[in-house]
Amino acid sequence: MCLGIPGEVIEIRADQPDLAKVDVSGVKRLINIGLLSDDPPQPGEWVLIHVGFALSRIDEAEAAAAMEFLEGIGQAYEDEIAALKESMID
Amino acid sequence: MRFVDEFRDAEQARALAAKIAALCEPGRQYKFMEVCGGHTHTIYKHGLEDYLPESINLVHGPGCPVCVIPMGRIDDAMHLAAREDVIMTSFGDMLRVPGSNGSFFDAKARGTDIRMVYSPLDSLKIARQNPDKQVVFMAIGFETTAPSTAMTMLRARAEGLKNFSVFCNHVTIVPAIKAILDSPDLRLDGFLGPGHVSTVIGCRPYEFIAREYGKPVVTAGFEPLDILRSIYMLMVQLAEGRCEVENQYSRVVPWDGNLVALKAIGETMELRPYFEWRGLGFISHSAMKVREKYAEMDAELLFKVPGVRVADPKACQCGEVLKGVLKPWECKVFGTACTPETPIGTCMVSPEGACAAYYNYGRMERHRVPVTIGERP
Amino acid sequence: MTAAHAGPEAHAGSEAHAGQRSGQPEARQGRDAYAGRDERERQVLERIDRARRRRPRVREERITMAHGAGGKASRTLVEAVFLDAFRNPLLEPLEDAASLRIGEPGAEVPEARVPGAGVPGAEGTRLALTTDTYVVSPLFFPGGSIGELAVNGTVNDLAVSGATPLYLTAGFILEEGFEVADLARVVASMREAADAAGVSVVTGDTKVVQRGKADGCYINTAGVGALAPGTSLGVARARPGDAIIVSGPIGDHGITIMLARGELDIEADIQSDTAALNGLAATLLREVPGTRAMRDATRGGVATILNEIASDADVGVLATEDAFPVRTEVRGACELLGIDPLYVACEGRLVAVVPGADADRAVTALRGHPLGTEAAVVGHVTDSEPGLVRLTTSFGGTRIVDLLVGDPLPRIC
Repeated sequence: MCLGIPGEVIEIRADQPDLAKVDVSGVKRLINIGLLSDDPPQPGEWVLIHVGFALSRIDEAEAAAAMEFLEGIGQAYEDEIAALKESMID
Repeated sequence: MRFVDEFRDAEQARALAAKIAALCEPGRQYKFMEVCGGHTHTIYKHGLEDYLPESINLVHGPGCPVCVIPMGRIDDAMHLAAREDVIMTSFGDMLRVPGSNGSFFDAKARGTDIRMVYSPLDSLKIARQNPDKQVVFMAIGFETTAPSTAMTMLRARAEGLKNFSVFCNHVTIVPAIKAILDSPDLRLDGFLGPGHVSTVIGCRPYEFIAREYGKPVVTAGFEPLDILRSIYMLMVQLAEGRCEVENQYSRVVPWDGNLVALKAIGETMELRPYFEWRGLGFISHSAMKVREKYAEMDAELLFKVPGVRVADPKACQCGEVLKGVLKPWECKVFGTACTPETPIGTCMVSPEGACAAYYNYGRMERHRVPVTIGERP
Repeated sequence: MTAAHAGPEAHAGSEAHAGQRSGQPEARQGRDAYAGRDERERQVLERIDRARRRRPRVREERITMAHGAGGKASRTLVEAVFLDAFRNPLLEPLEDAASLRIGEPGAEVPEARVPGAGVPGAEGTRLALTTDTYVVSPLFFPGGSIGELAVNGTVNDLAVSGATPLYLTAGFILEEGFEVADLARVVASMREAADAAGVSVVTGDTKVVQRGKADGCYINTAGVGALAPGTSLGVARARPGDAIIVSGPIGDHGITIMLARGELDIEADIQSDTAALNGLAATLLREVPGTRAMRDATRGGVATILNEIASDADVGVLATEDAFPVRTEVRGACELLGIDPLYVACEGRLVAVVPGADADRAVTALRGHPLGTEAAVVGHVTDSEPGLVRLTTSFGGTRIVDLLVGDPLPRIC
């Protein structure tokens, strides 16, 4: 119900500017972007789709920061496991 | 899939699980409520609990919009739908939910014209194609979905469409959280805030939870790593003695929400004085109705709605499950009389309900993923 | 917020929180919901397991679309209504085709009723018999039509039972007003499919019903195939240690049909996988004679078959989410619609159970055939958790894959 799916805007309809075509993993659908009329998304930008509407724009910088955090702790974990193994060899 | 697959990585999950385990105080039990049914679904669908230490328990909250609609409202909707001149539309999840005389699917089998739509806008298409019928959209959902209904109403008015109306059952999440916080038998350590509701209302409405109830809130995304990281953020707050509202889902949730969406809701809908929730009873200012300005689209005014009230089944302990007092499997009828095929209570009716999620996905002995670092002192 | 927030409960809540923060375990603060949890949870799980093994009963007063969706409701209907009424040893295994022995001592068909019984050469002949009805809408869709489905579906039911498909029947229910040109197209596609599968349509029937009493054209086909001596396949034969193999990407047909109906306004470059699987099945049986069972994954998807293995053989099934081949577009459509590809129908994929030691050989054999190039081992049979299908998710967790409840995809085949 609260399903929100990321999709890439690939085209804004010239005749109806509140409609945009989005691509979700190779599947395309027209969605309504009226809820983002403050600052309409452009082709190439990603939005969150809910029941046929773009509910929010996906912030690439924030997503990258989240990934960086996850990768960071992943690396720290690997390092610590490596250190643990080494200390056991001693 | 972008923004999806990278948040499902098992390696990073293990690393995050180790960090979480390391923050657990020995002998202490932690209970966090994920408010949103979408989170409940993610947790079970990906087997996320395998990564959590046994001392962290997730309580599945009231945020399944399909589940909380009381039986009486469904009976009302079916009464509307049974009219010869009405085509009823709603989302697929809603159609399975039983009223006191079966579900919408059963009503469909008896000849009622009920159609599943993917988007509220699809109802307008049906209305255009059937000018001699009244198309009634049974609107359900939290603030996530209300803007879509609102935009659909605005569109219908702009088009001058005369045969479209809304049977409005939109509910608001904050009063429900408050009702749970006020319940005397509640014991929670923090909340995973509803990510998609927050895209609309932002994070500020949760500040009272931290300020007045002393519970930390982290607004969480819907991929399993989002949830794991949000649990980690809650654990860090507890460890550091902080109690704040934080936003883990910042790639999607602006702190102030979506003002266009809020305006659209405000234009077309207003708060009801009270609304009945299945399993939780009446809650003040917890739902919306169509504003008088849009009376011509209010199915409750256009048609005579009987206003049926049906008491929640006695055997069902959904109220306790929703508040986290009971785990789904601790309910007396769980899995025997009450199953996803024959749901008795609210938590079993939608795949996002706590009981249905546990029954469908988690009905087994859980083997936790071994975490290396957390085990060390 | 209102003054109600600062009520007595609110304070109690804050105090409890403070108490926990001082390190005091919650369990000591009075009644605790989780004490002795594991043992009690196990008891509940056993109770549920008993409830699930109870005799099925149809509770609905009327047929709903879920009864035709291939999931739990379909199974209940078949077991409680049809199996109950027709019960006999040939029907009971509920395999895709019944395996009949003719003219053999002790055969299920009384010898006196078999023409030619006792004739040299006819002794011990075993036949596979199946039937299936096709009501797909739309009748024509990317990758095929109702005609191809009607041939391939029945051929596949025979093929996965280990038989060589030989003859089909074809019964048509036509709606008044249906265009003859469309009928001709359907029939031409049946002919092509039959030629490709090496079968002939040898008898048929036509009925016409009033406009509005049907949806254009429905087709029933029955099929007869020959079973080689010694062939005995069945999902009940699955044993712990066996490997479970899927012959290619799943969900193509179901998603194609959903999109072809146009109601969802979704476009994707994807087509039905409808195909006759007799060649592929024969290849597998030739290379891996120890194959325990095959099923074609139609309504209810691969998940339904995994559940049939678990329940009919009373074994556990442990599958790996990442191992299932799923096309990008199918995945995208599923994410968008909130459905799980494991439950979406295929019309040209088989699921095979082979002894664990033969798994590589089986995959190699399937991949050597044009319809099996993306075959993969997706799971194993276990002795733990009998009756349950568990899935190791991409995320590294575990969950159950149950029979489908309800009807996400009405009328897809």
